[in-house]
Amino acid sequence: MKNQWQIAVVGAGPAGMAAATVAARHGARVLLLDEQADAGGQIYRGVRRQGLADKSILGPDYYRGLELVSELAASGAEHLPGASVWQISPELEIGISQAGQARLLRAEQVIIASGAQERPFPIPGWTLPGVMTAGGAQVLLKSAGLAADDAVFAGSGPLLYLIAHQYLRAGIPVRALLDTTPRANYRRALPHLPAALLRLADLRKGQRWIADLQAAGIAFVRGVEDLKILGDQRVTGVAYRRRGAWQRLATQRVFLHQGVVPNVNLAMASGCTHRWNDSQLCWQAQTGAWGETDVPGIAIAGDGAGIQGARAAEHLGRIAAYGALERCGHLSAQERDRVAASPRRALTTELRIRPFLDALFRPARQFRIPGDADTLVCRCEEVPAALVRESVALGCAGPNQLKSFSRCGMGPCQGRLCGLTISEMIADLRGVAVAEVGALRLRPPVKPLLLEELAELTVACETISGGR
Amino acid sequence: MHRLKALSAPPVRIEFEGQEILAQPGDSVAAALLGAGHWQFRTTPISGAPRGPWCMMGVCFECLVEIDGAANRQACMIEVREGMRIQRQCGAADIGLDR
Repeated sequence: MKNQWQIAVVGAGPAGMAAATVAARHGARVLLLDEQADAGGQIYRGVRRQGLADKSILGPDYYRGLELVSELAASGAEHLPGASVWQISPELEIGISQAGQARLLRAEQVIIASGAQERPFPIPGWTLPGVMTAGGAQVLLKSAGLAADDAVFAGSGPLLYLIAHQYLRAGIPVRALLDTTPRANYRRALPHLPAALLRLADLRKGQRWIADLQAAGIAFVRGVEDLKILGDQRVTGVAYRRRGAWQRLATQRVFLHQGVVPNVNLAMASGCTHRWNDSQLCWQAQTGAWGETDVPGIAIAGDGAGIQGARAAEHLGRIAAYGALERCGHLSAQERDRVAASPRRALTTELRIRPFLDALFRPARQFRIPGDADTLVCRCEEVPAALVRESVALGCAGPNQLKSFSRCGMGPCQGRLCGLTISEMIADLRGVAVAEVGALRLRPPVKPLLLEELAELTVACETISGGR
Repeated sequence: MHRLKALSAPPVRIEFEGQEILAQPGDSVAAALLGAGHWQFRTTPISGAPRGPWCMMGVCFECLVEIDGAANRQACMIEVREGMRIQRQCGAADIGLDR
């Protein structure tokens, strides 16, 4: 099969949009693949057709996405929306599924810009209807203009404060914000504050969100040490422990958040080597100066290769694009280095706040490694923490063996909601490093597709290579 | 849930468990159901526990419903279409082998 595309980019968030734009501007034949109907990723979800009349609700940082979307549209890159990528073979054959039809495409270079997902938050009751991630609540706000009255926001991290603040700006009553940031983190983050002060505007923004929420009379409870969702068939409330004492709040909606982690499934299933990042408590791909991985032809840009934030993702997308352009002969090494100097400088400035944020919002152990025996670790296969502990006591040494012991990680989400928890739990129980325990082995297809689509694949493949 | 913008005219008409729901063109099925106050989308194949959307971005597979007779559809990833018929997915999916 002939290469139809020189550079294929997977994911149309800030990294993917910036990468595709830059690559197409330099004359490469670029294909941008994305699952959603519109470019923007999760951070700029729905930005092109955002219908909220009051632009101050989502704020100027959100509408930055419009610039990226219009630059992409003018770049000449081909954007294929509604297309999920279920595999990238070692030959860089990209399996996609779009509108119920599977196809295989070829590209010389692939840039994975799969972004981030929210970290699992395994606590009692986290599977009840009415509990959602705060990011999920924000998707509803951005894409459909929907908001829930009297919700409890619980957890830690800038995104949690931002979404609560967006609710405040929209005039939606918030029941409470329960902050699980460990008190000790403030001290641990202190050494990183001087560097972060170079991003003073960002620090002030966060402070203002919190001050505004408090000034509006929203119960802002710091130092929450433990958390349970109450209810049988649906959420009826939350219970939380603070300074050793349990309190209760009645609510029907709880939005949880404790940071984001790289969306690693596609890169891992494509064979890219990942390592454990102990300051961000997640797996991240090993990448070089241009985002390149140890799989020839595959680079990763943006949060998918370590959490750096949306603005940094743009720069990383451009840097990865320049690297790919050089590898397919559009730029000489000198030209590549010259044009990449500007995004590299911008990236350095952007990243100054990151060590501070990583230290301050490092999630507490009790919200990553469930202490309660009945808390579900694997939501799909309904594996409770007790079964993981029993399996390890029986000699189960790692996540892949745990599958045979318990089916943990074998459901439809393919470990996206339990992978980190089980690696950390097993390491903790065995008293070894997470890196030693390893990650769930992921295999394609990383996105669901119908058997019918697979069965028709050979025909579709011929059609494509014959047609172009 | 609160709709911060009025439904466009004409809205998209869909059906959930036989009941008519009005949705905004471009809404995901999950957003439309949540907007109409439905937070339980399915029961699990293992214990029969109730579940609803968790991530709204296609990674968790908690929002699986039956759409126009097809099981295991991710409600957060599919846009509403006029006349769509949606059912809760209770227990294991029926993949239609008996039909």
